[in-house]
Amino acid sequence: MTAALGKDLVGLEHLSPDQIRLILDTAEPFKEVSERPIKKVPALRGKTIVNLFFEASTRTRISFEFAEKRLSADTVNVAASGSAVQKGETLVDTAKNLEAMRIDMVVIRHPSSGAALFLGNRIRSNVVNAGDGTHEHPTQALLDLLTIRDRHGKIAGLKVCLVGDIQHSRVARSNIWGLLKLGAEVGVCGPDTLMPRGIEELGVCRFRRIEEAIEWADVLNVLRLQLERMEKGFIPSLREYYRVFGVTLERLDRAPRELTIMHPGPMNRGVEIDSRVADGAHSVILAQVTNGVAVRMAVLYLLAGGRPELADAAKGPAGGTAE
Amino acid sequence: MSRPERTTILDARALSRALQRMAVEVLELSHGTDDLVLIGIQRRGVELAERISRLIEKDEGVVVPRGALDITLYRDDLETVGPKPVIGETRIPGDLAGKHVVIVDDVLYTGRTVRAALDELADFGRPKRISLCVLVDRGGRELPIQPDVVGKQVKVDRGERVDVLVEEIDGKDQVELVAGADRGAGA
Repeated sequence: MTAALGKDLVGLEHLSPDQIRLILDTAEPFKEVSERPIKKVPALRGKTIVNLFFEASTRTRISFEFAEKRLSADTVNVAASGSAVQKGETLVDTAKNLEAMRIDMVVIRHPSSGAALFLGNRIRSNVVNAGDGTHEHPTQALLDLLTIRDRHGKIAGLKVCLVGDIQHSRVARSNIWGLLKLGAEVGVCGPDTLMPRGIEELGVCRFRRIEEAIEWADVLNVLRLQLERMEKGFIPSLREYYRVFGVTLERLDRAPRELTIMHPGPMNRGVEIDSRVADGAHSVILAQVTNGVAVRMAVLYLLAGGRPELADAAKGPAGGTAE
Repeated sequence: MSRPERTTILDARALSRALQRMAVEVLELSHGTDDLVLIGIQRRGVELAERISRLIEKDEGVVVPRGALDITLYRDDLETVGPKPVIGETRIPGDLAGKHVVIVDDVLYTGRTVRAALDELADFGRPKRISLCVLVDRGGRELPIQPDVVGKQVKVDRGERVDVLVEEIDGKDQVELVAGADRGAGA
Protein backbone atom coordinates (compact mmCIF):
# COMPACT_ATOMS: atom_id res chain seq x y z
CA MET A 1 0.00 0.00 0.00
CA THR A 2 1.43 3.31 -1.02
CA ALA A 3 0.01 5.36 1.80
CA ALA A 4 1.98 3.82 4.69
CA LEU A 5 4.51 6.17 6.19
CA GLY A 6 7.71 4.16 6.45
CA LYS A 7 10.01 4.10 9.48
CA ASP A 8 10.52 7.78 10.24
CA LEU A 9 8.78 11.11 9.86
CA VAL A 10 11.52 13.57 8.97
CA GLY A 11 9.59 16.12 6.95
CA LEU A 12 6.77 16.71 4.53
CA GLU A 13 9.04 17.33 1.53
CA HIS A 14 9.27 13.65 0.69
CA LEU A 15 5.75 12.57 1.63
CA SER A 16 3.13 12.02 -1.05
CA PRO A 17 -0.20 13.86 -0.96
CA ASP A 18 -1.84 10.51 -0.09
CA GLN A 19 0.47 10.01 2.87
CA ILE A 20 -0.31 13.49 4.17
CA ARG A 21 -4.03 12.89 3.73
CA LEU A 22 -3.70 9.56 5.56
CA ILE A 23 -2.20 11.33 8.57
CA LEU A 24 -4.92 14.00 8.58
CA ASP A 25 -7.70 11.43 8.21
CA THR A 26 -6.20 9.31 10.97
CA ALA A 27 -6.00 12.37 13.24
CA GLU A 28 -9.74 12.89 12.91
CA PRO A 29 -10.88 10.08 15.27
CA PHE A 30 -8.04 10.88 17.68
CA LYS A 31 -9.64 14.27 18.37
CA GLU A 32 -12.53 12.43 20.01
CA VAL A 33 -10.20 10.39 22.26
CA SER A 34 -9.12 13.61 23.99
CA GLU A 35 -12.77 14.42 24.72
CA ARG A 36 -13.46 11.11 26.50
CA PRO A 37 -13.86 10.84 30.27
CA ILE A 38 -10.84 8.52 30.20
CA LYS A 39 -8.52 10.12 27.66
CA LYS A 40 -6.58 7.01 26.82
CA VAL A 41 -6.62 4.15 24.36
CA PRO A 42 -4.34 1.09 24.54
CA ALA A 43 -3.00 1.30 20.98
CA LEU A 44 0.69 1.80 21.93
CA ARG A 45 0.67 -0.17 25.17
CA GLY A 46 4.16 -1.45 25.92
CA LYS A 47 5.91 0.89 23.48
CA THR A 48 8.67 3.03 24.90
CA ILE A 49 9.19 6.49 23.46
CA VAL A 50 12.05 8.86 24.24
CA ASN A 51 11.52 12.58 23.77
CA LEU A 52 14.98 13.86 23.00
CA PHE A 53 14.89 17.65 23.14
CA PHE A 54 18.15 19.46 22.43
CA GLU A 55 16.33 22.77 22.24
CA ALA A 56 13.95 24.41 24.65
CA SER A 57 10.30 23.66 23.87
CA THR A 58 7.17 23.76 25.94
CA ARG A 59 4.24 23.37 23.62
CA THR A 60 5.67 20.79 21.22
CA ARG A 61 7.18 18.63 23.97
CA ILE A 62 4.02 18.66 26.06
CA SER A 63 1.89 18.02 23.01
CA PHE A 64 4.00 14.98 22.06
CA GLU A 65 3.93 13.78 25.63
CA PHE A 66 0.14 14.00 25.83
CA ALA A 67 -0.14 12.22 22.49
CA GLU A 68 2.14 9.43 23.70
CA LYS A 69 0.38 9.06 27.05
CA ARG A 70 -3.09 9.07 25.49
CA LEU A 71 -1.92 6.16 23.33
CA SER A 72 -0.68 4.35 26.48
CA ALA A 73 3.01 4.45 25.51
CA ASP A 74 5.69 4.73 28.19
CA THR A 75 7.67 7.92 27.80
CA VAL A 76 10.97 9.32 28.96
CA ASN A 77 12.06 12.92 28.47
CA VAL A 78 15.68 13.78 27.86
CA ALA A 79 16.74 17.40 27.70
CA ALA A 80 20.15 18.49 26.48
CA SER A 81 20.86 20.42 29.63
CA GLY A 82 21.64 18.15 32.55
CA SER A 83 22.32 15.11 30.33
CA ALA A 84 25.42 13.41 28.98
CA VAL A 85 25.19 15.74 25.96
CA GLN A 86 26.70 18.43 28.12
CA LYS A 87 29.57 16.08 28.87
CA GLY A 88 30.40 15.88 25.18
CA GLU A 89 28.49 12.78 24.07
CA THR A 90 27.57 12.74 20.39
CA LEU A 91 24.00 12.52 19.15
CA VAL A 92 24.47 9.01 17.79
CA ASP A 93 26.07 7.78 21.01
CA THR A 94 23.20 9.19 23.05
CA ALA A 95 20.68 7.50 20.78
CA LYS A 96 22.57 4.18 20.64
CA ASN A 97 22.69 4.12 24.43
CA LEU A 98 18.97 4.73 24.60
CA GLU A 99 18.41 2.03 22.03
CA ALA A 100 20.47 -0.39 24.10
CA MET A 101 17.73 0.04 26.71
CA ARG A 102 15.24 -1.28 24.13
CA ILE A 103 13.23 1.76 23.16
CA ASP A 104 10.82 1.83 20.22
CA MET A 105 10.70 5.45 19.12
CA VAL A 106 12.60 8.70 19.40
CA VAL A 107 11.01 12.12 19.08
CA ILE A 108 13.84 14.54 18.43
CA ARG A 109 14.18 18.29 18.42
CA HIS A 110 17.62 19.56 17.50
CA PRO A 111 19.20 22.92 16.55
CA SER A 112 20.95 21.39 13.52
CA SER A 113 19.10 20.94 10.23
CA GLY A 114 19.20 17.29 9.20
CA ALA A 115 19.57 15.89 12.71
CA ALA A 116 16.39 13.80 12.48
CA LEU A 117 17.34 12.25 9.14
CA PHE A 118 20.88 11.60 10.39
CA LEU A 119 19.57 9.83 13.46
CA GLY A 120 16.89 7.89 11.59
CA ASN A 121 19.51 6.44 9.28
CA ARG A 122 21.59 5.20 12.21
CA ILE A 123 19.13 3.63 14.64
CA ARG A 124 16.46 0.96 14.29
CA SER A 125 13.84 2.83 16.29
CA ASN A 126 11.27 5.04 14.57
CA VAL A 127 12.32 8.68 14.54
CA VAL A 128 9.91 11.60 14.55
CA ASN A 129 11.24 15.05 13.76
CA ALA A 130 9.96 17.61 16.26
CA GLY A 131 11.93 20.41 14.59
CA ASP A 132 15.47 20.34 13.21
CA GLY A 133 17.28 23.64 12.77
CA THR A 134 15.78 25.64 9.93
CA HIS A 135 14.83 22.49 7.99
CA GLU A 136 11.38 21.11 8.90
CA HIS A 137 8.85 20.83 11.69
CA PRO A 138 6.45 18.35 10.07
CA THR A 139 3.95 17.83 12.90
CA GLN A 140 3.45 21.60 13.19
CA ALA A 141 2.62 21.83 9.49
CA LEU A 142 0.31 18.81 9.76
CA LEU A 143 -1.63 20.38 12.61
CA ASP A 144 -1.82 23.60 10.61
CA LEU A 145 -3.21 21.66 7.64
CA LEU A 146 -5.75 19.90 9.86
CA THR A 147 -6.86 23.22 11.35
CA ILE A 148 -7.26 24.79 7.91
CA ARG A 149 -9.25 21.78 6.73
CA ASP A 150 -11.49 21.96 9.83
CA ARG A 151 -12.17 25.63 9.28
CA HIS A 152 -12.64 25.68 5.51
CA GLY A 153 -13.67 22.09 4.79
CA LYS A 154 -10.88 21.78 2.23
CA ILE A 155 -7.30 22.77 1.50
CA ALA A 156 -7.08 22.62 -2.29
CA GLY A 157 -7.67 26.00 -3.90
CA LEU A 158 -7.25 28.02 -0.71
CA LYS A 159 -4.76 30.88 -0.56
CA VAL A 160 -2.53 30.61 2.46
CA CYS A 161 0.09 33.24 3.26
CA LEU A 162 2.98 32.73 5.66
CA VAL A 163 4.02 35.97 7.28
CA GLY A 164 7.32 36.86 8.92
CA ASP A 165 10.72 35.24 9.17
CA ILE A 166 10.62 32.75 6.30
CA GLN A 167 14.42 32.45 6.16
CA HIS A 168 14.88 30.83 9.56
CA SER A 169 11.53 29.10 9.87
CA ARG A 170 11.21 25.33 9.74
CA VAL A 171 7.48 25.84 10.27
CA ALA A 172 7.34 27.86 7.05
CA ARG A 173 9.28 25.24 5.10
CA SER A 174 7.10 22.33 6.26
CA ASN A 175 3.96 24.38 5.64
CA ILE A 176 5.03 25.25 2.11
CA TRP A 177 5.63 21.58 1.22
CA GLY A 178 2.40 20.38 2.80
CA LEU A 179 0.17 23.12 1.42
CA LEU A 180 1.51 22.83 -2.12
CA LYS A 181 1.13 19.04 -2.10
CA LEU A 182 -2.50 19.35 -1.06
CA GLY A 183 -3.24 21.87 -3.78
CA ALA A 184 -3.30 25.17 -1.89
CA GLU A 185 -1.81 28.37 -3.27
CA VAL A 186 0.96 29.59 -1.00
CA GLY A 187 2.15 33.13 -0.42
CA VAL A 188 4.99 34.44 1.69
CA CYS A 189 5.37 37.92 3.12
CA GLY A 190 8.13 39.41 5.21
CA PRO A 191 11.17 41.69 5.21
CA ASP A 192 13.75 41.12 2.47
CA THR A 193 16.36 40.30 5.09
CA LEU A 194 14.27 37.38 6.34
CA MET A 195 13.25 36.05 2.92
CA PRO A 196 15.34 33.23 1.39
CA ARG A 197 16.67 34.08 -2.04
CA GLY A 198 14.87 32.26 -4.84
CA ILE A 199 11.84 31.41 -2.69
CA GLU A 200 9.58 31.86 -5.74
CA GLU A 201 11.20 28.79 -7.28
CA LEU A 202 9.32 26.64 -4.77
CA GLY A 203 6.12 27.78 -6.45
CA VAL A 204 5.02 30.37 -3.92
CA CYS A 205 4.10 33.99 -4.53
CA ARG A 206 6.01 36.70 -2.78
CA PHE A 207 4.32 39.71 -1.19
CA ARG A 208 6.43 42.67 -0.15
CA ARG A 209 3.66 44.46 1.70
CA ILE A 210 1.46 42.92 4.36
CA GLU A 211 -1.55 44.82 2.96
CA GLU A 212 -1.16 42.97 -0.36
CA ALA A 213 -0.92 39.64 1.42
CA ILE A 214 -4.07 40.36 3.42
CA GLU A 215 -5.93 41.34 0.27
CA TRP A 216 -4.91 38.09 -1.44
CA ALA A 217 -5.20 35.45 1.25
CA ASP A 218 -7.90 33.26 2.80
CA VAL A 219 -5.60 32.22 5.63
CA LEU A 220 -2.70 34.02 7.30
CA ASN A 221 -0.19 31.91 9.19
CA VAL A 222 1.73 34.45 11.24
CA LEU A 223 5.16 33.18 12.25
CA ARG A 224 6.96 33.99 15.45
CA LEU A 225 9.65 36.63 15.11
CA GLN A 226 12.64 35.33 17.03
CA LEU A 227 13.82 38.24 19.11
CA GLU A 228 17.48 37.45 18.44
CA ARG A 229 16.88 38.39 14.78
CA MET A 230 16.92 41.99 15.89
CA GLU A 231 20.16 41.59 17.80
CA LYS A 232 21.73 40.11 14.67
CA GLY A 233 20.57 43.07 12.58
CA PHE A 234 17.94 41.42 10.36
CA ILE A 235 15.37 44.01 11.42
CA PRO A 236 15.95 47.51 12.78
CA SER A 237 13.56 47.30 15.74
CA LEU A 238 10.55 45.37 16.98
CA ARG A 239 8.43 48.49 16.89
CA GLU A 240 9.27 49.08 13.27
CA TYR A 241 8.56 45.47 12.42
CA TYR A 242 5.12 45.79 13.97
CA ARG A 243 4.47 49.03 12.11
CA VAL A 244 5.37 47.51 8.72
CA PHE A 245 4.47 43.81 9.03
CA GLY A 246 2.30 43.51 12.15
CA VAL A 247 -1.04 41.79 11.59
CA THR A 248 -3.35 44.37 13.11
CA LEU A 249 -7.10 44.67 13.38
CA GLU A 250 -7.07 47.83 11.25
CA ARG A 251 -5.31 46.02 8.42
CA LEU A 252 -7.65 43.01 8.63
CA ASP A 253 -10.69 45.29 8.62
CA ARG A 254 -9.74 46.37 5.11
CA ALA A 255 -9.56 42.79 3.82
CA PRO A 256 -12.09 41.87 1.12
CA ARG A 257 -13.00 38.63 2.95
CA GLU A 258 -12.77 37.21 6.44
CA LEU A 259 -9.37 35.73 7.03
CA THR A 260 -8.48 32.78 9.22
CA ILE A 261 -5.61 33.74 11.50
CA MET A 262 -3.07 31.17 12.62
CA HIS A 263 0.09 31.29 14.69
CA PRO A 264 2.34 28.38 15.68
CA GLY A 265 3.23 30.01 19.01
CA PRO A 266 4.66 31.23 21.23
CA MET A 267 3.30 34.62 20.21
CA ASN A 268 4.99 37.97 20.59
CA ARG A 269 1.91 40.10 21.07
CA GLY A 270 2.49 43.55 19.65
CA VAL A 271 5.37 42.39 17.46
CA GLU A 272 4.08 40.12 14.70
CA ILE A 273 0.45 40.06 15.82
CA ASP A 274 -2.00 42.45 17.43
CA SER A 275 -3.58 41.09 20.65
CA ARG A 276 -7.02 41.96 19.34
CA VAL A 277 -6.35 39.73 16.33
CA ALA A 278 -4.83 36.89 18.34
CA ASP A 279 -7.85 36.79 20.63
CA GLY A 280 -10.37 37.71 17.94
CA ALA A 281 -13.14 35.74 16.29
CA HIS A 282 -11.03 34.67 13.30
CA SER A 283 -8.16 33.33 15.32
CA VAL A 284 -7.84 29.53 15.35
CA ILE A 285 -4.65 29.63 17.38
CA LEU A 286 -5.98 27.52 20.26
CA ALA A 287 -7.67 25.10 17.86
CA GLN A 288 -4.18 24.57 16.41
CA VAL A 289 -2.93 23.54 19.84
CA THR A 290 -5.84 21.11 20.33
CA ASN A 291 -5.27 19.61 16.89
CA GLY A 292 -1.56 19.24 17.66
CA VAL A 293 -2.23 16.41 20.08
CA ALA A 294 -4.50 14.57 17.61
CA VAL A 295 -2.03 14.90 14.73
CA ARG A 296 0.85 13.65 16.84
CA MET A 297 -1.23 10.70 18.03
CA ALA A 298 -1.92 9.88 14.39
CA VAL A 299 1.76 10.07 13.44
CA LEU A 300 2.91 7.91 16.36
CA TYR A 301 0.13 5.40 15.72
CA LEU A 302 0.91 5.13 12.01
CA LEU A 303 4.65 4.73 12.56
CA ALA A 304 4.30 2.15 15.34
CA GLY A 305 3.80 -1.50 14.53
CA GLY A 306 2.15 -2.39 11.28
CA ARG A 307 5.09 -4.38 9.97
CA PRO A 308 4.15 -5.68 6.54
CA GLU A 309 6.02 -8.99 6.94
CA LEU A 310 4.08 -9.74 10.12
CA ALA A 311 0.87 -8.72 8.47
CA ASP A 312 1.41 -11.20 5.64
CA ALA A 313 2.15 -13.97 8.11
CA ALA A 314 -0.94 -13.13 10.11
CA LYS A 315 -3.22 -13.28 7.11
CA GLY A 316 -2.34 -16.94 6.77
CA PRO A 317 -4.84 -19.50 5.55
CA ALA A 318 -7.49 -18.39 8.03
CA GLY A 319 -8.15 -15.27 6.07
CA GLY A 320 -9.21 -12.10 7.83
CA THR A 321 -6.95 -10.31 10.22
CA ALA A 322 -10.01 -8.73 11.70
CA GLU A 323 -12.90 -10.64 13.05
CA MET B 1 -6.03 -19.70 -7.20
CA SER B 2 -9.67 -20.36 -7.93
CA ARG B 3 -12.31 -17.72 -8.05
CA PRO B 4 -14.13 -17.27 -4.75
CA GLU B 5 -17.58 -18.80 -4.77
CA ARG B 6 -20.45 -16.80 -3.29
CA THR B 7 -23.60 -18.32 -1.81
CA THR B 8 -26.43 -16.20 -0.46
CA ILE B 9 -27.25 -17.02 3.15
CA LEU B 10 -29.84 -14.28 3.66
CA ASP B 11 -31.50 -12.26 0.93
CA ALA B 12 -32.99 -8.82 1.53
CA ARG B 13 -36.33 -10.15 2.78
CA ALA B 14 -34.82 -12.78 5.04
CA LEU B 15 -32.45 -10.16 6.44
CA SER B 16 -35.35 -7.84 7.13
CA ARG B 17 -37.25 -10.63 8.94
CA ALA B 18 -34.17 -11.49 10.99
CA LEU B 19 -33.81 -7.86 12.07
CA GLN B 20 -37.51 -7.72 13.04
CA ARG B 21 -37.08 -10.71 15.29
CA MET B 22 -33.80 -9.38 16.71
CA ALA B 23 -35.49 -6.09 17.62
CA VAL B 24 -38.20 -7.97 19.52
CA GLU B 25 -35.63 -10.11 21.30
CA VAL B 26 -33.60 -7.06 22.29
CA LEU B 27 -36.75 -5.52 23.79
CA GLU B 28 -37.54 -8.71 25.72
CA LEU B 29 -33.95 -8.92 26.93
CA SER B 30 -34.00 -5.37 28.26
CA HIS B 31 -37.59 -5.45 29.57
CA GLY B 32 -38.54 -2.42 27.51
CA THR B 33 -36.63 0.61 26.45
CA ASP B 34 -36.05 2.47 29.74
CA ASP B 35 -32.30 1.95 30.15
CA LEU B 36 -31.58 0.57 26.70
CA VAL B 37 -28.64 1.89 24.65
CA LEU B 38 -27.65 0.38 21.30
CA ILE B 39 -23.99 0.59 20.33
CA GLY B 40 -22.99 -0.55 16.85
CA ILE B 41 -19.47 -1.65 16.01
CA GLN B 42 -17.95 0.09 12.99
CA ARG B 43 -18.81 -0.15 10.24
CA ARG B 44 -21.76 -2.40 9.46
CA GLY B 45 -22.69 -2.90 13.10
CA VAL B 46 -23.49 0.81 13.20
CA GLU B 47 -25.97 0.48 10.33
CA LEU B 48 -27.55 -2.62 11.87
CA ALA B 49 -27.94 -0.84 15.24
CA GLU B 50 -29.61 2.02 13.38
CA ARG B 51 -32.07 -0.39 11.72
CA ILE B 52 -32.89 -2.18 14.97
CA SER B 53 -33.46 1.09 16.76
CA ARG B 54 -35.83 2.25 14.01
CA LEU B 55 -37.80 -1.00 14.30
CA ILE B 56 -38.03 -0.52 18.07
CA GLU B 57 -39.14 3.06 17.55
CA LYS B 58 -41.93 1.90 15.24
CA ASP B 59 -43.23 -0.65 17.76
CA GLU B 60 -42.72 1.27 20.97
CA GLY B 61 -42.76 4.92 19.91
CA VAL B 62 -39.54 5.50 21.79
CA VAL B 63 -36.25 6.69 20.33
CA VAL B 64 -33.56 4.46 21.75
CA PRO B 65 -30.19 6.19 22.28
CA ARG B 66 -27.63 4.72 19.94
CA GLY B 67 -23.96 5.11 19.34
CA ALA B 68 -20.99 3.86 17.38
CA LEU B 69 -17.80 2.22 18.52
CA ASP B 70 -14.58 1.79 16.56
CA ILE B 71 -12.41 -0.80 18.28
CA THR B 72 -9.29 -0.38 16.12
CA LEU B 73 -7.25 1.20 18.93
CA TYR B 74 -8.19 -1.62 21.31
CA ARG B 75 -7.18 -4.50 19.04
CA ASP B 76 -4.72 -7.09 20.28
CA ASP B 77 -2.96 -7.41 16.93
CA LEU B 78 -1.80 -3.85 16.18
CA GLU B 79 1.72 -5.12 15.48
CA THR B 80 0.46 -7.35 12.71
CA VAL B 81 -2.33 -5.45 10.99
CA GLY B 82 -0.07 -4.02 8.34
CA PRO B 83 -1.16 -0.84 6.63
CA LYS B 84 -3.44 0.88 9.06
CA PRO B 85 -7.08 1.28 8.16
CA VAL B 86 -8.54 4.70 8.74
CA ILE B 87 -10.24 4.63 12.11
CA GLY B 88 -13.98 5.17 12.18
CA GLU B 89 -16.00 7.38 14.43
CA THR B 90 -16.69 6.54 18.07
CA ARG B 91 -19.80 8.22 19.40
CA ILE B 92 -21.19 7.32 22.80
CA PRO B 93 -24.61 8.80 23.65
CA GLY B 94 -24.19 10.23 27.16
CA ASP B 95 -23.13 8.51 30.35
CA LEU B 96 -23.41 4.71 30.23
CA ALA B 97 -23.60 4.29 34.02
CA GLY B 98 -26.73 2.30 34.95
CA LYS B 99 -27.64 1.61 31.31
CA HIS B 100 -28.23 -1.66 29.56
CA VAL B 101 -25.89 -1.53 26.60
CA VAL B 102 -26.53 -3.82 23.66
CA ILE B 103 -23.52 -4.18 21.38
CA VAL B 104 -24.58 -4.75 17.77
CA ASP B 105 -22.25 -6.29 15.19
CA ASP B 106 -22.63 -7.98 11.84
CA VAL B 107 -20.63 -11.21 12.24
CA LEU B 108 -19.45 -12.96 15.39
CA TYR B 109 -16.38 -15.12 14.77
CA THR B 110 -13.33 -15.36 17.06
CA GLY B 111 -14.80 -13.01 19.69
CA ARG B 112 -11.76 -10.74 19.65
CA THR B 113 -13.68 -7.73 18.34
CA VAL B 114 -16.19 -8.12 21.15
CA ARG B 115 -13.37 -8.44 23.70
CA ALA B 116 -11.95 -5.14 22.41
CA ALA B 117 -15.41 -3.53 22.46
CA LEU B 118 -15.92 -4.56 26.11
CA ASP B 119 -12.57 -3.02 27.06
CA GLU B 120 -13.36 0.17 25.21
CA LEU B 121 -16.86 0.48 26.70
CA ALA B 122 -15.39 0.12 30.19
CA ASP B 123 -13.47 3.35 29.54
CA PHE B 124 -16.76 5.17 29.01
CA GLY B 125 -18.41 4.25 32.29
CA ARG B 126 -20.03 1.34 34.08
CA PRO B 127 -23.21 0.05 32.43
CA LYS B 128 -25.39 -2.16 34.64
CA ARG B 129 -25.41 -4.76 31.92
CA ILE B 130 -23.88 -5.37 28.49
CA SER B 131 -25.43 -7.77 25.97
CA LEU B 132 -24.37 -8.86 22.53
CA CYS B 133 -26.56 -8.90 19.43
CA VAL B 134 -25.18 -10.18 16.11
CA LEU B 135 -26.70 -10.75 12.70
CA VAL B 136 -24.61 -13.85 11.94
CA ASP B 137 -22.90 -16.19 14.38
CA ARG B 138 -20.41 -18.19 12.33
CA GLY B 139 -18.84 -20.15 15.22
CA GLY B 140 -15.07 -20.50 15.60
CA ARG B 141 -14.69 -18.66 18.89
CA GLU B 142 -11.20 -18.12 20.34
CA LEU B 143 -12.49 -16.45 23.50
CA PRO B 144 -15.27 -17.32 25.98
CA ILE B 145 -17.83 -14.95 24.46
CA GLN B 146 -21.43 -15.79 23.52
CA PRO B 147 -24.15 -13.71 21.87
CA ASP B 148 -27.51 -13.00 23.50
CA VAL B 149 -29.43 -12.28 20.30
CA VAL B 150 -28.58 -13.94 16.97
CA GLY B 151 -30.11 -13.32 13.56
CA LYS B 152 -28.75 -16.43 11.90
CA GLN B 153 -26.43 -19.20 12.97
CA VAL B 154 -24.21 -20.64 10.25
CA LYS B 155 -21.41 -23.16 10.50
CA VAL B 156 -18.57 -21.68 8.48
CA ASP B 157 -15.17 -23.27 7.98
CA ARG B 158 -11.89 -21.47 8.39
CA GLY B 159 -10.89 -20.16 5.00
CA GLU B 160 -14.48 -19.22 4.26
CA ARG B 161 -15.85 -15.80 4.96
CA VAL B 162 -19.21 -14.23 5.70
CA ASP B 163 -19.91 -10.91 3.97
CA VAL B 164 -22.73 -8.79 5.30
CA LEU B 165 -23.89 -6.22 2.77
CA VAL B 166 -26.16 -3.37 3.81
CA GLU B 167 -28.03 -0.91 1.64
CA GLU B 168 -26.44 2.19 3.21
CA ILE B 169 -22.85 1.10 2.48
CA ASP B 170 -23.03 -1.62 -0.17
CA GLY B 171 -26.15 -0.66 -2.10
CA LYS B 172 -28.07 -3.84 -1.20
CA ASP B 173 -29.11 -5.97 1.77
CA GLN B 174 -27.64 -9.44 1.60
CA VAL B 175 -25.54 -11.91 3.56
CA GLU B 176 -23.15 -14.07 1.55
CA LEU B 177 -20.91 -17.00 2.28
CA VAL B 178 -17.65 -16.66 0.36
CA ALA B 179 -15.77 -19.91 -0.17
CA GLY B 180 -12.21 -20.19 -1.46
CA ALA B 181 -11.39 -16.70 -0.32
CA ASP B 182 -8.05 -17.05 1.39
CA ARG B 183 -7.76 -13.44 2.33
CA GLY B 184 -9.99 -10.48 2.88
CA ALA B 185 -11.38 -8.20 5.45
CA GLY B 186 -13.15 -10.85 7.52
CA ALA B 187 -16.09 -8.95 8.82
